[in-house]
This record gives sequence, C-alpha cells and structure tokens, in this order.
Amino acid sequence: MSTPVLDVRGLAYGYPDGHQALFGVDLHVHRGERVALLGPNGAGKTTLVLHLNGILTAGAGSVAVSGLPVEKQHLQEVRRRVGIVFQDPDDQLFMGTVRQDVAFGPANLGVRGADLDRRVMAALEQVGMAEHVDRPPHHLSFGQRRRVAVATVLAMEPEVLVLDEPSSNLDPASRRELADILRSLDVTVLMVTHDLPYALELCPRSVVLSGGTVVADGSTYDVLTDDALMRAHRLELPFGFDPRSVRPGLGTGVAPDRAAPPRTDAAGGLVASPGTHTNPGDLT
Amino acid sequence: MGAAHGHRLHHHGHSAVHRAPAHLKILALVGFVLLVVATPREWYVAFPAYLAVVVGVVLTARVPLLWIVRRMVVEVPFLVFAALVPFVAHGPRTEVLGLSVSEPGLVAAWGLAVKATLGVMASLTLAATTEPVDVLRGLRRLHVPSLMVEIMSFMLRYLDVVTADLGRMLTAMRSRGCDPRSPRHWPALARSLGALFIRSYERGERVHLAMLSRGYTGSLPTGADQ
Ligand SMILES: Nc1ncnc2c1ncn2[C@@H]1O[C@H](COP(=O)(O)OP(=O)(O)O)[C@@H](O)[C@H]1O
Ligand SMILES: [Mg+2]
Repeated sequence: MSTPVLDVRGLAYGYPDGHQALFGVDLHVHRGERVALLGPNGAGKTTLVLHLNGILTAGAGSVAVSGLPVEKQHLQEVRRRVGIVFQDPDDQLFMGTVRQDVAFGPANLGVRGADLDRRVMAALEQVGMAEHVDRPPHHLSFGQRRRVAVATVLAMEPEVLVLDEPSSNLDPASRRELADILRSLDVTVLMVTHDLPYALELCPRSVVLSGGTVVADGSTYDVLTDDALMRAHRLELPFGFDPRSVRPGLGTGVAPDRAAPPRTDAAGGLVASPGTHTNPGDLT
Repeated sequence: MGAAHGHRLHHHGHSAVHRAPAHLKILALVGFVLLVVATPREWYVAFPAYLAVVVGVVLTARVPLLWIVRRMVVEVPFLVFAALVPFVAHGPRTEVLGLSVSEPGLVAAWGLAVKATLGVMASLTLAATTEPVDVLRGLRRLHVPSLMVEIMSFMLRYLDVVTADLGRMLTAMRSRGCDPRSPRHWPALARSLGALFIRSYERGERVHLAMLSRGYTGSLPTGADQ
C-alpha cells in the first residue's frame, strides 16, 4: 500500500499536570479517505488532533505525515500538509477582513502577490464565500464563519484536512451546506465529531477513540450498528435515527455518489421526524 | 455577536475630516494633546480657545456634539478623582459653597479636569471620524513598532468577543436572580469577572494554537495586511 497521509504509531501523551490523555494510539489514513473520529467527551480526540501538526509533541510513539515525521525541524512543512479547522471559528479568524484571514496561512508559507490572491479567491470559492472577501469575519453568521475557517486552511493547499467538530452549533441548513462543501473537496479528511448521522453521511470509515486508545476502526455503518460497542463507549444515536434504515451503501466503505445526494436519502430514511436529526454536536 | 460591533466609537460620515489621511489625524491629535498638557494651567484664556478648536473640528466633521459628549462618560472616574484633590491637598484654604478647600488643590483640580476633558474630546473626535482599521494603518505608516500595532489589532478584534462573553455572563447572573448592579452581589460579579479573565486567557491560547497551525512564526506576514 502507498505511504499513508497520516501514520500514527503507538502514540502516548500525558499533559504536564500529569493527566494521561493518550495510551498508545495507532491510526493510518490513506490518500482520498474521509474518516470520522468518534468518541465520548474526554476521550482524547482533540489531544490526538493537536499531535498531527506538532502543536503537542508525542510522549511516546510517532506521527508521520506522508512519510515526513512530525519533528521540530519539519514543523513548517507538516503544518502546510495538515490543515486543522478548530472548533470555534472565533479562535481561527483573527484578522480584520476575510481576505487577510485567508491569506494569513499561505503568506506565512512565503506566498506573495498575485499568487497569494489567487489562492485566497480559490479557497473562498471552494466554500462559497468569495463575495464576502472584504468583510470583517466577525460580521458574518456563525455558519459563514465556519466556512471561512475551512477556507483559511484550504488556502494552504493541505494534503489532509482535519476538522474538530465541524457541525457543532450549526443550524440544519448550514450543517448541510458544510456537508456539501466537504463532499466536494478533493482532499483527505479526518473529522472529529459527535454528530453520528453526519459521520454516516460523509465518512465511509470511522475510528472510535475511547479512554485514550482506539477501540474500533471499521466502516461507519458497522460501527454505528454495533450496539454493544456503542453502549460501551457512550456513543448514542440521536432519537429516532436508525442507520439500518438509511440507504445501504452509505458509510459502508463505498464513497457516496455525489450525483445522487445521499443527504436526502438519509433524511427520508429517518424513522421519526427529520427534526430529531439536527445537531447532536451541540451537546458538547 | 449581534449588531454592536466595534464601531461604537465611530460615527459614519464623508466630511473632509473623515476623508483626511489617518496618519495625519493621529499626528494632529498627538500634537494637540502635547500642547494642551504643556500649557500652564493658570493660562485660563488658552483653554477655551483649545475647546473652540476641538468643537470646530467636530462640527466640520458633522458629528453631533451630543454624540461626543455622551461618550465622554469614560472620563467620569478621572473627574471624581480630580474633584477630591482640593479636599485633600495642602496649602492656604479658601471657602467654596461653604466648604473649606485648598487653593493650590483647586487650581490642580481645574488643570487635571480641563486637560483630561480636552484630551478625551480630541481622541473621541479621531475615533469618530476614523475607522479602527485605518487608525491601525495610520500607526503603521508612522512606524509605530509592528508588535504594538499587532497587539492593538488583536484587542480590537477580540474586544467584541469578550464583551459578548461578558454580556452572556451578566444575563446568566440576572436570570438566576442576581442583580450585578447591586453592591450586595458585587462578590458574585467579581467572581464572574475572574472567570471572564480566565476564559479570555484560554481563548488567547487557543487563538495562538490556531495561528501556529497555519505556520505562524512570530510576525504577521506583510503580504497579508493590505
Ligand atoms: N490542557 C490540558 N491539561 C490537562 N489535561 C487536559 C488538557 N486538555 C485536555 N485535558 C484532558 O485530557 C483528556 C482528553 O481531552 P480532549 O483531547 O480534549 O478530549 P476530547 O476532545 O475527546 O473531548 C480529558 O480528560 C481532558 O480533561
Ligand atoms: Mg475536543
């Protein structure tokens, strides 16, 4: 098999206050995959994410990005390859205008002038925010800010996009718009989420992290329908949502067909009212 | 985050004062404030003249005077302090409204109050006629160290976020039957201000992580700031 985009081996980490958050995590993500990282609160998901671009340094084990070990001398390149979209867009958007914010990353990489402009506009077009290029980010709606946050990372042309709870706090329409955007992108995606229907909709594969170790790794459909596993790790489907009633083919390792929007099928397959299927991510 | 966005001090307009280059306005403000501060407080006629200048600029900018005056409440704690000086200062005493006050203290209080008022009015006029981003751009043109300009632009950006945080905390306090204005509840208010400080500090850390994740190495890229 080719070199994995993300290659995490035996990763362990304890916070300086002595709290051990990760106990030997193994994770491989290959090019073009969309993988959901599931797990209860405090499982260590964010801690794992912060290792992927070297914000935190492994206590034991190793992380490599497309073969490049995450070590001090490679940090700049690693951070170009791994784009992290943080949970709160207000943490990520700190410049005066959308343009400056999206330019921040590539400018740090030394991109200048027309090249920089081209990257900024391309990234904003990918998330459908091009017309807001000159507005201050804090004047945008929450859903728009989340999309701009995705653009700030896309402008760095990363090899893998890592999203920490991308659907949290979004209203159903913004949540669907973001799903459409993520599906249209041609990058590898690792998505941390509590929103299990979202995982099923977008990610053929899911990895469950619990108590600082990987306890399951398989097709999202198999993970979500394994009741014993779900119960053991505090994973709960939203009321009325049953993956078995959703069209087979979703989340079973076959990438959903973009021409036939699976979202409609997912909604149509709901047992109870579609309203129950909104925002489990809000509960965090 | 609502409608109240960072421009509470800005009064939109298209007057000559609004259109003047920001760095010139900043220089004019600094010059004016230095002049006011350097004027001996006993030159009583100079101060009305200064006031006339500021009022003249405000009128030229077509900013309502009352609009400026209302925003001068920031000065109140300072004026209270100035009002105390005549009571605590030494020197020969004199009678004002039946109260015995120190004469040099009275002059000192006049000096403090009038100079502060003129300074605050002039600064508000700059703020009213110049967009915050233009002020920052002006400072950069004047070669103010870029680190300072960066810090100011972050303050500007997160002032709203922190104010909104504070607003939510106060609402939460009120909904639990606590009136933040009543001195009886000041201990609770103090605790929530402490919590706000910690929240803001943690946000600062998260923003820094997000910056590092996008390749930040210690200075804002020049390409990103036009
Ligand atoms: N800065 C920190 N210092 C100490 N412990 C932390 C810190 N951040 C997180 N933790 C702890 O590490 C564990 C994993 O946290 P985290 O990775 O944030 O979980 P998740 O994102 O899966 O909810 C939790 O028990 C949490 O309390
Ligand atoms: Mg987390």
